[in-house]
Amino acid sequence: MKIELNGNPQEINDNSTIEELLEQLDLQIDRVVLELNHNILNASESRTTALCEGDKLEIIEFVGGG
Amino acid sequence: MITILYNENSLALQLGTTLDQLRLQRQPAADLLIVNGFPTPQGYLLQEGDQVIMIQRGLVPQKDQLEALMMARHTPGVHALISKSCVGIAGAGGLGSNIAIALARIGVGELIIADFDLVEPSNLNRQQYFYDQIGLPKVDALKENLQRINPYIKITTFNTRIDRQNLPTIFSDIDVMVEAFDAPDQKAMLTTTHLQCAPDCPLVAASGMAGYAASNSIKTRKIRHNFYLVGDMETAAQPGQGLMAPRVSIAAGHQANAVLRLLLGEEPT
Repeated sequence: MKIELNGNPQEINDNSTIEELLEQLDLQIDRVVLELNHNILNASESRTTALCEGDKLEIIEFVGGG
Repeated sequence: MITILYNENSLALQLGTTLDQLRLQRQPAADLLIVNGFPTPQGYLLQEGDQVIMIQRGLVPQKDQLEALMMARHTPGVHALISKSCVGIAGAGGLGSNIAIALARIGVGELIIADFDLVEPSNLNRQQYFYDQIGLPKVDALKENLQRINPYIKITTFNTRIDRQNLPTIFSDIDVMVEAFDAPDQKAMLTTTHLQCAPDCPLVAASGMAGYAASNSIKTRKIRHNFYLVGDMETAAQPGQGLMAPRVSIAAGHQANAVLRLLLGEEPT
């Protein structure tokens, strides 16, 4: 199915959870901030939410240092 | 007659009074004359609404004048706004200590600073601590340093690790939130929690400032409403690519300037 990822069309497996998508993208779930359809997701929502056709997902990944 | 502000007090003067004439009347020993934020020659003809500060170099001023004199170089009006502001800073390391000092120097009225860590020797390559502060809690050492710079701002410190539960309590009632952590999971935790719990309070966070790559690769980006991210977004601190004062200071400067712009009602980007 198609979603919009960081503003770009992205083809993903049907019934992917966000956690599965992050694994495919090689991103660590505790280092990202997630916005799904303009809502910020908390930690547990991030782990359990399944994606739907047409969802708009924004991912910001933090790197260490400061 | 005209009315000016002289050392922060209203004063009526004859039209045609020069700066030098004012000096002779009021403070003959003054040798630094500042009008509207700039050092000004003595022959300057004073105008309605001018803000004049006169200083005798080397003389410690009266306590009640000190704050006004410290802010003499500000753009007029800036100090009035930011002295009433409160900024939260999560983390007192390379970013947090530099940001706190910048905001203290410009007179932000209140800073709330939280960090659980102690000052260590390796911190000194980028963090605003001194050799004789090694072993002290960072928030205690930083408060000391800030008060030596500007005794007139309020500094509240928490020697504690921030988490999802205490973040909203520790940083309640602030005008801007600064994320100045080191660990990426902490950065993500604070950002997620703040954006959910305090969506009306702007957040300035940072990601990617290690090493000595070109300065111009550090940027301030608007990610979404009330969320600004400073850094190059990719250069993580790791062996062979450590954190160093120049580039960390650039990121901290971006964050501090973003805070200032937000306090003054401007978009950081």
